[in-house]
This record gives sequence, structure tokens and C-alpha cells, in this order.
Amino acid sequence: MQMDDLPDPRGHFGPFGGVFVAETLSHALAELRDAYERFRRDPEFLAEFRHELKHYVGRPSPVYHARRWSQALGGAQIYLKREDLNHTGAHKINNTIGQALLARRMDKKRIIAETGAGMHGVAAATVAARLGLPCLVYMGSEDVKRQAANVYRMKLLGAEVAPVASGSKTLKDALNEAMRDWVTNIEDTFYIIGTVAGPHPYPMMVRDFQSVIGEECRVQMPELAGRQPDAVIACVGGGSNAMGIFYPYVKDENVRLIGVEAAGEGLATGRHAASLCAGRPGVLHGNRTYLLQDENGQILETHSISAGLDYPGVGPEHAWLKDQHRAEYVAVTDDEALAAFDSLCRYEGIIPALESAHAAAHAAKIAPSLTRETILLVNLSGRGDKDMHTVAERRGLRL
Amino acid sequence: MSRIAGRFAALQADGRRALIPYVTAGDPQRASTVPLLHGMVEAGADLLEIGVPFSDPMADGPVVQRSSERALKNGIGLADVLGMVEDFRAKDGGTPVVLMGYANPIESMGVEKFVAAAKVAGVDGVIVVDYPPEECAEFARMAKAAGIDPVFLLAPTSTEERIRSVAKVASGFLYYVSLRGITGAGNIDIADVAAHLPRIRAASRLPIGVGFGIRDAASARRVAEVADAVVIGSRVIQEIEAAGAEQAVSRVQALLAPIRAALDERPAKVLA
Repeated sequence: MQMDDLPDPRGHFGPFGGVFVAETLSHALAELRDAYERFRRDPEFLAEFRHELKHYVGRPSPVYHARRWSQALGGAQIYLKREDLNHTGAHKINNTIGQALLARRMDKKRIIAETGAGMHGVAAATVAARLGLPCLVYMGSEDVKRQAANVYRMKLLGAEVAPVASGSKTLKDALNEAMRDWVTNIEDTFYIIGTVAGPHPYPMMVRDFQSVIGEECRVQMPELAGRQPDAVIACVGGGSNAMGIFYPYVKDENVRLIGVEAAGEGLATGRHAASLCAGRPGVLHGNRTYLLQDENGQILETHSISAGLDYPGVGPEHAWLKDQHRAEYVAVTDDEALAAFDSLCRYEGIIPALESAHAAAHAAKIAPSLTRETILLVNLSGRGDKDMHTVAERRGLRL
Repeated sequence: MSRIAGRFAALQADGRRALIPYVTAGDPQRASTVPLLHGMVEAGADLLEIGVPFSDPMADGPVVQRSSERALKNGIGLADVLGMVEDFRAKDGGTPVVLMGYANPIESMGVEKFVAAAKVAGVDGVIVVDYPPEECAEFARMAKAAGIDPVFLLAPTSTEERIRSVAKVASGFLYYVSLRGITGAGNIDIADVAAHLPRIRAASRLPIGVGFGIRDAASARRVAEVADAVVIGSRVIQEIEAAGAEQAVSRVQALLAPIRAALDERPAKVLA
């Protein structure tokens, strides 16, 4: 894992990040911070993490040249980092393994997690089963309805799924409820947060565990394409797959970093989830970052065809990279994401997650205006099996 | 001396403990809050805690969450809450008012603008649940400069080091959260409270209020044996929820009156 100077010891990325939590959580976070500080430098811990990634997750995931699709677009060459080929079908497992190994070293007996689309919930349930720990996953009651297959997957894995009916009944409310559980059961419970948000040390810790994505790319791109890419493109909800692939490239100023948010039905309609493109800084879920909020500072409900991007905040390191102009953030609509989804199916025989289809859509948007020598690396963060119902329903079909 | 410090000094001189009830502004209706505040003072409240509704009240249990959602449906924002305090102040210049809420509505208004407006409205103290001392030095400084006490929470899990860092920035009083968890959860463990307060008293001379889990006269009285103030929130909201707008004031008064009596029954004891 790569060390870097940010965040500062209290979790700040410039004005963003930090530990904005009630006193009742301070001690647990300090305990977690100290434990992580110790184990992130512990060769035994890191060796076990790498071993699990290799033998349980199936890493390294390949990088693949999407030749037919690139040719059809008639410009830049698009390469895909195949996180969809990981065990459980997305990048989420990289992080849940890291945190679960930490939980075991901290002698915690119980795992809790929040989930939106259910991918992080499945990844948490998976590692909990693997380590023999009981797991409770909080999920907004709206999402429970939208993602029935993932709810069943979690149950098959032995996890309990707790529907959350407060607020907007989606991911942010599941996160609130998981925090409440943690505060109440702080002695024996480890809270596995699924993205690079939340209070310090979560944004840093999740970034570190996900950085394996970008580290592999740095080795694989020269092997496959002869050099590093001109741009790295990833979708951003909370931002964990994007941080994972961006981070090892942050110091490499020749590589453009492009985060793609969900523009939903269009930024102008207000029905979107683009916190960096259309929000303003505030405090939510333990950190300061860009938020979608009304004029009174109330958090807004979000919309995206992809449940995994449906979050009104974003990891604080992305807020920092945006303000530093180190990364660019753009947004693509539901329709654009669906078009890219279809293209990947038809040209490459890859059914991407709708989240990842957002990153692909932006690549498709810019590729035609770039030279054939330009290399775009897209993080294909997950596979689309979970989205069959959503896509079919959108087209008036019932499966 | 601030209104909060003055009120605690007066109570101490009488050997009495403070009763601090909590209501969420704008629950159940916009017009309910000011009459509720006056009604609670009439029933024996010494300080008032007013919740600022927030869409994501992470530290609150289901009862306060529901009240926050009702208030948001009524369109209540931070500016409305300050307006209610101003209305209350028109008839009551003595009872200290403490706002309790989350950071984002304040940051959205702008910290400086909020502090100035709160001072004009007659706010005496502010509890920002998700502002630990190390994240709000500037806010605490501005609030103090305006004569508004930044009030902080302490928990059973707070270490000596954290207690000291909170004691350094806090003023008005300290709010000890009597159990692990969220507002309105479970029942209070008095022995646990009694065991923790001396650690806090060793670090600070501020009065200590205890809240989270106090449900009736009996538990209030037991807490008053060791604390300077008793905070009652979720129980008040439950009364309001059950009563509806019409009956809210009388039901809350009926809840508070026996608690007040129980607090005053206990033998006077010299504070630490």
C-alpha cells in the first residue's frame, strides 16, 4: 500500500474530511484509527490481505483492450480494468476483506454494514461468512424492494438484512442506521463502511484497500499497451472504485483523472446524484465534503438509474482532488449510461454494472474526438447481472 | 455572566437541580413550539433545549427522528427556529434557551451569520452534535465572543484526554450522555452515571446535565442525586406525538410537573 501525505493525522484533505461525529462515536473511531495505523504497516497483515486478494478474490483482475468498441467509436483506444471479474462481481470485496481482517485483529465479534444497491452488502456478507462472523446489513426499504436478488444473496450468505424506513429510505438512511447500531454496540461490533466516505479513518482506509486496483494497472498498462494511459476514467457515487484506481496515479501529472457522476434525468432537472458537479460543501456522515442539499442545509434525495451511485455526498478526497484541479468531475445521464451499457454488451460481450456504464459512457463521449494513439483506461467496477431487472423494466419488459 | 451560568448559579444557591426539557422546533406544527416553550417553563423547566430539525439525525433514536421528519414536512429551517426563539423571548427574558442540532444547517447558513442571528434572537447556548471540539475551534470562539455558550456532549466512552479537550472549549454546562447509543434508547444506569461524573468534575467546574434515557420522576430524581441538571427529550416528544397539536401543552405539562416535584423533593446537597 502506498503511503502519502494526505490525509493529515486527523483525517483532513485540505478543508474536507475530518471527524464530524457525536462524542458517543469518538472513542470507537480513535480505536479504529490506532488499530489501522498499526496494521497498515504490519507486514503480516499486508501479506494476509494480499493472499486473500489473490486466492479468494482472484486478483489481479485483468486489463482488457476493448478493440471492437474503440474501433466503432473511431478515436481513442479504450482499455477496461476488469473489476467485474472479482469474486462477488465488483470491486467492493477488496475493501470488505481488508476491513474484515482488521475486525478480526481487533477481536470484534460482529459485523455491520450499510448498502445501497446491495453490492457492498453482499461483499460484507461474503467476508463475514468466510470468517465465521455474524453480519447485519442495513438497507433502505426502497432499495430492498429495488434489489430483491441481492437481498436474497445476502441471506444465502447467512447475513441478516434490516430494512430502514426512515428519511428517504435509501443508502444515506441505511448509513445513519448503521451508525446508530455502532454507537449502541460499540464494544463488540465492527462497522464495515463500503465507500471512501464517513469519518476518518474510513476514507483513507477504504482508499488504501481499493488502491490495489490502480497499483495493478500501473504494472499492467505498460505490459499490455506499452505505457501508462492518458486518462483514467471511473464512476463516482461515494467514490471508492474511483479512488482505488486514481490514487496510484495522483502524483503522475501526465495522467488525467476523470470521475463520472450520475446526472440521472439531467442536472437541470434536479433529479440526479452529482454532488461534485452540482453540490456545495457541507457536513454529513462524519466528514466535510460536497453535498446535494437545499437552501436550509437539508440533504436532498437523489436519483440515478444505478442504485450504487444514488448517494447525496462523495468521499472527501474527491472533493479535495476537484478543488485542487487534479481530477475532473463530469456527469452522464441515465440514458447515456444505458447506451454505453448496450455498447459493451454488443461490441465486447461484457455486461457491465450500470454504475460502471457511467464511466464507459464518458469514455464513449470523448473517445471519437481523440487520436487513435490516445489511451483511455476505464474502471469497469462491477458486472451487470444485478441490473437485469432494472434494464428490462426500463424497456417495458418483465423478467 | 451568561443567562445559563446565572441560572445554574441561582439554582445552586437554592440547592436545586435544573430541569431541561427538549422539543423539536416545529413539531407537531409550526405554531406549536412557542406555546410549548412557555408551557414547559410554567411546569417548572429551568432551561429549554430546542431541536433544530435535520434530514439525517444520526445520533437520534426513532422518536426524535420522527419529530424531525414532522418538522421538516412543516418546512422548518434554521431561520424559522431562530424566529421562534425571538418570539419566545418577547415574553420570557429569563429562561435560557439552548439549540441542539447538526452542523450542516449551521454551515449552510454560514457560521458567522448564524452566530449573529442567534445572538439577536436570544439564544444562550448551542449543542452541535457532530461538532467535536477539534473540528469547531473557530465556531466555539465566535459563539463565545457573541455570548453564546458552546455546549458539548460527553459519553461513558470518553477518555480522560477527551474530557480535558472538551472541558477546554465548553462553556455553559456539559451534557453527559448517560448511555451508549442514541437518544431515547433503553433505561439509564444510575450507578454508571455516578461512577463517571467524578472524572468529569475533576476536569471541569461547569455544571453537568445528564440526558438520554431519563423517562420519569423516579429516574430523574436518581440522576439528580449526582448531576446538576436532568435533560428529558424523547419522553417529551412521545407525549407530543400522542397528544397532537391541541393537547400538546397540557400533556407535556402533566409529564413535567411530577418530575419537577421529584427533583425538588430530594434533599439539598452541596455541589462539587
